[in-house]
Amino acid sequence: MNAVDVRTVGRDDLVAQVQGLLADGFRVALVAGHDDRTSLAVVYVLVKGVDDSRVELVVEVPADDAWVPSLAGLDFATGRWERALRDQLGVEPVGHPRPHQLVHHAHWPDDYHPLRHDVGQPEPGPNTGAFEFAPVDGDGVFEVPVGPVHAGMIAPGHFRFSVVGETILQMKARLWFVHRGMERLFQGCTPDEGIALAERVAGDTAVGHTLAYAMAVEDALGLEVAEQDRAARALLCELERAYNHVADLGMLGNDVGFGILNVHASRLRETLLRLNDQVTGHRLARGAISIGGTSLRSLPDPAVIRHVADEAAQLVDIALGHAVVVDRFTGTATLHHDDALALGTLGYVARASGVDTDARRDHPFYDLGAEFAVVTETPGDVMARFTVRARELACSLTLVTTLTEHLAGNLGSTSTAPLEPGPARRSGLSLVEGWRGTICHRVELDPTGHLARVAIADPSFANWPALSVALADTIVPDFPLANKSFNLSYSGNDL
Amino acid sequence: MSAVAAVLVQLCVVVAAAPGVAGVTRTVRARAEGRVGAGVLQPYRDLRKLFAKRPVQATGTSAVTLLAPVLLIASSMVVAALVPVVTTLALPEIPGDLFVVVSVLLVGSVAVALLGLDAGSAFGGMGSSRHMMIAALVEPTVLVAVLALSVPVGSSALGQIVAARLDHPTTIASPGGLLAVAALVVVVVAETGRLPVDNPATHLELTMVHEAMVLEASGRDLAWIELASWLRLTVLLALVANLLAPWGVATGAGVVALVVAVVAVVAKIAVLAAGLGAVEVALAKLRLFRVPELLAGSFVLAFLAVTAAYLV
Repeated sequence: MNAVDVRTVGRDDLVAQVQGLLADGFRVALVAGHDDRTSLAVVYVLVKGVDDSRVELVVEVPADDAWVPSLAGLDFATGRWERALRDQLGVEPVGHPRPHQLVHHAHWPDDYHPLRHDVGQPEPGPNTGAFEFAPVDGDGVFEVPVGPVHAGMIAPGHFRFSVVGETILQMKARLWFVHRGMERLFQGCTPDEGIALAERVAGDTAVGHTLAYAMAVEDALGLEVAEQDRAARALLCELERAYNHVADLGMLGNDVGFGILNVHASRLRETLLRLNDQVTGHRLARGAISIGGTSLRSLPDPAVIRHVADEAAQLVDIALGHAVVVDRFTGTATLHHDDALALGTLGYVARASGVDTDARRDHPFYDLGAEFAVVTETPGDVMARFTVRARELACSLTLVTTLTEHLAGNLGSTSTAPLEPGPARRSGLSLVEGWRGTICHRVELDPTGHLARVAIADPSFANWPALSVALADTIVPDFPLANKSFNLSYSGNDL
Repeated sequence: MSAVAAVLVQLCVVVAAAPGVAGVTRTVRARAEGRVGAGVLQPYRDLRKLFAKRPVQATGTSAVTLLAPVLLIASSMVVAALVPVVTTLALPEIPGDLFVVVSVLLVGSVAVALLGLDAGSAFGGMGSSRHMMIAALVEPTVLVAVLALSVPVGSSALGQIVAARLDHPTTIASPGGLLAVAALVVVVVAETGRLPVDNPATHLELTMVHEAMVLEASGRDLAWIELASWLRLTVLLALVANLLAPWGVATGAGVVALVVAVVAVVAKIAVLAAGLGAVEVALAKLRLFRVPELLAGSFVLAFLAVTAAYLV
């Protein structure tokens, strides 16, 4: 893991600095805000995949004159981070083209900024309406509101479709109905206590977020993790990717009425969840990763893994051999390569549109060897996202087998973080390829060794806008299929 | 027994069997997929539960919401009385004519489409619009297929068509007859909202057709609607069964003949319902705008059936 190049920059110099780094091939992975009581700090984390370079630009902002020059014109994703920061920390992005609410619930007061140190609970007020849907006018255009409460067992999100007949002209998603104050909950915890919180950032990405959190803390404390423990972490990551991908393959089948695919994929998912339970003592693989170590209860049975891999390959063959399923998947909700790149998408969504990004290769914490290859497809439609998942699943299960052989009975070690006093600002950064895409955590420790701030970037934050873009020219009854093919997290997005 | 009594027996059999048809279809599908399923009797339990509940009407709904379920169940009952399921005897007052049957079915379709619109929810509107699109494409096929079936018999009364097939079994295997039944099967699938046209098992509001229209219905109203849609499925399956294998249908009103007919038709419907469930396992839902292509195909079959009926 490369050291982070931390630079303190002034507000007037920020735009030029970021422009230079973006031109050099960096991308903005995270924008975090801090309330240091005397002043605020905004940290721009830029990373580059080619040589794993990491740069942090720290901008000091006076609390009573809280603004930063907006970078929305340079990078779309940064523009959304700025809106999130405006809501949460009250730092105004000056020159932002759409400085609307993002994270704030409509019933929260406008001047309530939960990441400021002196706030209490918000007083729910009337709906401020600061945040209207763009009206779409024209002959035969009507609006279809969906959610936030849905018929299926899914998290709350409101989708507003503007449609003509069955064709979608525009879809706006309004999320952030389940804000838990996650980042604030970390503050004041010891690094070890933070593990339990990190495991709950997103239920289906327990390993990804816990690993990212642990690695960020280790980076801040300068801890080295033993090779065996890193191998065990890589193993857990692939197990998590496998159970999620196999479930998605089935649910994509279910959404086109091909239920048998879902039934058998669910059975395979259950097999993998029980395997997680044997390996870690928890079906979602919680409790194995600690700061500085990883401890397993047992290693997965290679015979079970081979069996799951064979059956999953059969299911994929059945799905891709079904004319109607292929017809429903092909050409549906296409996310073009240029859009995927411009929006800063991550994970399988980006890879299905031909964007070659994978933190396992770009920001490795463990060398996965020759069996690992980044999977990309070019069309960017539902079929491409299905195929990318199918190929990644096969790759992940192979990696699980080789990692199990490599560990050769070694179950790793548990360790705890030393709670030692240190310099005022100790920060750590990590990038981990969770099953949805690249997760970024940035941790700051206070002088007593407690957590001062944890900033989290789930790939869903980057990918949600891409869903709206991909829906252009898609018909309304194909939306659930398109949505499932993205399968974005609500809780990872809304911390 | 008179024709009226025979038709009453038929009505009772169809109403009693309708939830069972849904149950058999679901159970066969579940077993074929490797699931246990809720059992054949689950639709009966659902009905018992729903009939015990008072319906809740959305604010702003009109009398349509009150009347549509009644109209739907009433029209489905009339269809169940007119189609030769147990007996080919027709009520003296109402002709068991296919055109009448189609029209009565359409009354129910329109009632449920209006129900979808009445609550003013976007899903209901979308469901109604899709339902009407499908209904508009189904109607011509039905009428042309009926014409093909009625040409050899010289009558469009369903009872007489089935009776004629019973007397001359060779006509069943005639090209015209087979093509017409094939066209009818596609139409039945579309009309009753089965795969690949509509997915009765989905929870995804945006993809629904029939389910979207009845999203706002609850309690007793929903029970009537559910029973009516199962009735339509049962009656149409029985019609297809009796066109393909008319043996066992009672042509008179004798008690023995009726008992035999009831046993025969229950067996035939059970086989078709199980077949429907088994076939659905292998089907996926078509993209909405591919549905017209499927229905156009069935229209071509019906048209060929008419041509064949005149030529052969």
